[in-house]
Amino acid sequence: MSVKQISVFLENRAGALESMTAVLGENKIDMRALSLAETKDFGIVRIIVDDVYEATTVLKEAGYVHTLTPVVVIAIPDEPGGLNRILKVFTKAGVNIEYMYAFLGGADAKHAYMVFRPDDTKAAASAAKSAGMRLVDQEDICRL
Amino acid sequence: MERYYQKDIECADREQIRAWQSEKLVRQVQHVWNDVPYYREKMKAAGVTPDDIRSVDDLHKLPFLSKADLRDSYPYGLLGCDLKKCVRIQSTSGTTGRRVVAFYTQHDIDLWEDCCARAITAAGGTDEDVCQVSYGYGLFTGGPGLNGGSHKVGCLTIPTSSGNTQRQIMFIRDLNTTILCCTPSYAAYLGESMKEMGLTPDQIPLKAGIFGAEAWSEEMRQDIQNTLGIKAYDIYGLTELSGPGVAFECSAQKGMHINEDHFIPEIIDPDTGEVLPEGSQGELVFTSLDKEAYPLIRYRTRDICTLTYEKCSCGRTHVRMGKPRGRSDDMLIIRGVNVFPSQIETVLLNNGYPANYQIIVDRVNNTDTLDIHVEMTPEMFTDQLGEVSRRQKELAEGMKSMLGIKANITLVSPKSIERSEGKAVRVIDRRKI
Repeated sequence: MSVKQISVFLENRAGALESMTAVLGENKIDMRALSLAETKDFGIVRIIVDDVYEATTVLKEAGYVHTLTPVVVIAIPDEPGGLNRILKVFTKAGVNIEYMYAFLGGADAKHAYMVFRPDDTKAAASAAKSAGMRLVDQEDICRL
Repeated sequence: MERYYQKDIECADREQIRAWQSEKLVRQVQHVWNDVPYYREKMKAAGVTPDDIRSVDDLHKLPFLSKADLRDSYPYGLLGCDLKKCVRIQSTSGTTGRRVVAFYTQHDIDLWEDCCARAITAAGGTDEDVCQVSYGYGLFTGGPGLNGGSHKVGCLTIPTSSGNTQRQIMFIRDLNTTILCCTPSYAAYLGESMKEMGLTPDQIPLKAGIFGAEAWSEEMRQDIQNTLGIKAYDIYGLTELSGPGVAFECSAQKGMHINEDHFIPEIIDPDTGEVLPEGSQGELVFTSLDKEAYPLIRYRTRDICTLTYEKCSCGRTHVRMGKPRGRSDDMLIIRGVNVFPSQIETVLLNNGYPANYQIIVDRVNNTDTLDIHVEMTPEMFTDQLGEVSRRQKELAEGMKSMLGIKANITLVSPKSIERSEGKAVRVIDRRKI
């Protein structure tokens, strides 16, 4: 069970992120999560949105290079040790995390949501599932 | 089967070619001596008269003409006949300094168009082909030259000129264009556009392309051939000598045959002017043999290449020139090292990047800097910063080993580098020297 993350190439200059988010805003795309990784001349913005198909279509039309990556999204209790528990599960399963970021769950104040980009998506998802973690799928993302 | 437009000339034996050249050279030198005072003065200064020129062996005695001579004598200084006999002018793009204006009589245009017809025929063209000429029409020789050649071959000619990409593609598809003539960068752009429209090579009716007027690498050729599903032929020429068709490629795609019945090529050392032996790399020099209006003796092209007289598998006997490594004025000297844009292009294509790039040279604290802007493509992009950076670093290393100097690679958004529908602007030199 995974969620599709959209990664977009951006030049590292004033206004680059602004114009990309304008494209999403104009097309009524709702972002659930965003994370930015950058070097001195370019950046990769990674987003989780409600409508992946629509978002990739409008980004492509606007001339953005992007790629889709499956990521594992897990709802964890918003309390001390919450993140550590899932990381322990991944360590035990030998899953390496390339990068991760968090977002909060809107109306659901009891959970924080973690987005994981593991080296092995399937292994990470099944390890989390058998440890009783709550995985979030694409449909859940739309409902959040 | 190899096709020829003028087989008895294109496949003549070497001795015959030499005899033609000697006979025509004597005539052409007499012509400039009589009719072009500017060159007569040059000959006098060098202590040469037409009597000293008996055959091609005497060619080296004659003084050179440079682009500066052509500019200095603008507009009529090198005119070799009465203006009344002239029917056309063409002109160079003239990005720096004065333009060069070349004159043509009807005879000159005929011979020029023959040269282009040889090129189209060598690319497989017959009267059953549809030839779309997407070179600019006007003062630039690309459009008019190939247009005339296409008529001579009997192709259905579509004079689209450059630009309006959607219309170009519409004609290619609706009128089943089989031969495309344009600059290689525009061919690549058309290919890219058709690919974006979802067209695969088997849905594109083109079978051959004749691409010239700017330097392009072997890798770019492969790229264009694959995207368009065609065989891509190189063509070479200069407005000063007539236009495209001074030399052209045959099916062997191993160098361009110079139309030696109209032009004698030499390779010289650009510093000393000394003629170099066969196979040496040096500056290409041309002497026209049949021109009435704008005859040029030993004109220095500033193109750096080699010549080979080896037998070609296509059956043609005319000498072949290698792809110019770059015009000596395209060559950049960065930190004392000679850099040709074509080398940069080769590294890009070898590393999976498109040949859409811009070279920015600057001088910071008295040291030259070389920045290469490269467009990101879906193929080269991943969600992982480390991987994108690794590819960027690999490209920088590839540049270093090809060029011998360090280059900074900047990855930029797709289509952010300006596409030119004529010649691409590849180099921005900000150094104030």
